[in-house]
Amino acid sequence: MILGQERPFIEWDWISRNIDEIGQATVEHFTHTALAVSIGLVLSFGLSLAALRWRQAYAPITWVTGVLYTIPSIALFTFLVPIFGLNSLLTSQIALVSYTLLILIRNIVAGVRGVPEQVTEASRGMGMTDRRIFLSIKLPLALPAIIAGVRVAAVTTIGLVTLTVLVGQGGYGLFILRGISRQFLTEALVGTSLSVMMAVVVDTSLAGLERLVTPWNRSASGT
Amino acid sequence: MIRLDSLTKVFPGSASPAVTGLTMEVGEGELVALVGPSGCGKTTTLKMINRLIEPTSGVVEIAGRDASSVEPHVLRRSIGYVIQQVGLFPHRTIRENIATVPLLMGWDRRQVTTRIDELIELMGLDPDLLDRYPSELSGGQQQRVGVARALAADPPVLLMDEPFGAVDPIVRGRLQIEFRDLQRRLGKTVVFVTHDIDEAVMMATRVAILNSGGILEQYDTPEQILAEPATPFVARFLGEERGLKRLALRPVSHVELKRGPMVDVDSSPEEALRVMSDHGVQWVGLLDGGRLLGWAHGESVHGPLRELVAHPFLVVLQPSDSLRRALDAVVTGHAQVAVVVDDGVYLGMIDVEKIAREITG
Repeated sequence: MILGQERPFIEWDWISRNIDEIGQATVEHFTHTALAVSIGLVLSFGLSLAALRWRQAYAPITWVTGVLYTIPSIALFTFLVPIFGLNSLLTSQIALVSYTLLILIRNIVAGVRGVPEQVTEASRGMGMTDRRIFLSIKLPLALPAIIAGVRVAAVTTIGLVTLTVLVGQGGYGLFILRGISRQFLTEALVGTSLSVMMAVVVDTSLAGLERLVTPWNRSASGT
Repeated sequence: MIRLDSLTKVFPGSASPAVTGLTMEVGEGELVALVGPSGCGKTTTLKMINRLIEPTSGVVEIAGRDASSVEPHVLRRSIGYVIQQVGLFPHRTIRENIATVPLLMGWDRRQVTTRIDELIELMGLDPDLLDRYPSELSGGQQQRVGVARALAADPPVLLMDEPFGAVDPIVRGRLQIEFRDLQRRLGKTVVFVTHDIDEAVMMATRVAILNSGGILEQYDTPEQILAEPATPFVARFLGEERGLKRLALRPVSHVELKRGPMVDVDSSPEEALRVMSDHGVQWVGLLDGGRLLGWAHGESVHGPLRELVAHPFLVVLQPSDSLRRALDAVVTGHAQVAVVVDDGVYLGMIDVEKIAREITG
């Protein structure tokens, strides 16, 4: 770079020069999101089963996950670092997973409870066992609500992954952090706009997945 | 086929029983209606038969076997179940819905496919509907699928909870008649719950009238219940139009029809005049070898009867029409009589007085 020359608003050549690093950050950002949402989904599923099985369990489960959800993310990282270390995937995943739980559990439980009473009664009257009623009737019918929860959790997590740079993780957060500290707009903008784009793409794909796995809802809306 | 012995249900936290010592039997091939006001325990009774509700005490026996000796889900696969809101599985196609119980029982695919074809024909469903989802069907179609699904594994017993309550009156009337005929043809043993006494009287071979707390007030044929209500409660429950309801049960062919002032068109005019004066009327009915032609004014009888203008009778009934329909037709048609004709052949005539004697007698 020649001294004294005005910097343009966006330096397109920076992007092409760093395309490998951008690609790597994209992969990291996506895998960290996918990992956190997957772990969150597995945990939420277990906790939801408990909440559905024992009604009294629902209130404490939502209370605890609700508290986790309200802790500011930077505060949570600060809190976790002394325990699990600074440059640690574990630290970042614990924080990210914590934020998915409330959304996912609420949607899974609401989805399963929202299955119409007459459908459950009919399935029991036909001679289905409780296990089969859950797996082949309630769960498929709860899918729209569950996928809606996964969409919110995924978009939220994509946003939060930009902060995990604070505990030494990769992803778009590094571009944003470096761009701000060096007052280099191009880099910060690349980090920001790519994470927004990833959120939009993931959300749209999940919406498409929902349509694919719930053909009965599609036909009901007359398409 | 089904025997209930001292069946009692007390729900936890409730002071009085929902069903109290109910004892009744349902014979093979019967269609029994459980009727009563809300809170009479009719649905509770029905659900105790397939153990959706466990009795507090008493015994349910199906085909000689104690229902409590069988695993509930195994028992239920051998009993068809239809509910008012139908409860079709929204995420499964009509084909998959109907196949539910056969697949639970482990039938092979070919058997299931054959059975589904039989059932849609039996229920008068369009085969094009098979690959649709329940939300794409009308209420009446859904209810037919509900019945097809209940019949799928060919269970000897069928339980129905207000099966026609959720469809509009016109569709309901058609479904009631269709289902009654189907039940008589298939010989299934059916217990169905309704709050509609007219539906019970129209469809059932026997009606059980339950009072609050599941107390059996009367269990008899519709005819007998309408003729002789056992208790004041039953009489009140049957309502004001008991006589008319009885008429609805009797076809015109059950009463002795009068021949009336009828002559053959080949008779002489003198014969026609004699018949009119015998009956004290100013008109004469004309038959042609047993077939009904119509009627003619008395003053027009001069020459050969064949040359008379035959007016059509206002009210023409078939022998299968109910007496209630006959009464309605005579009254609303301002006619003195209704003629009964079977495929053009004159059977006789009936008047209001005759129908009135059927109500009181």
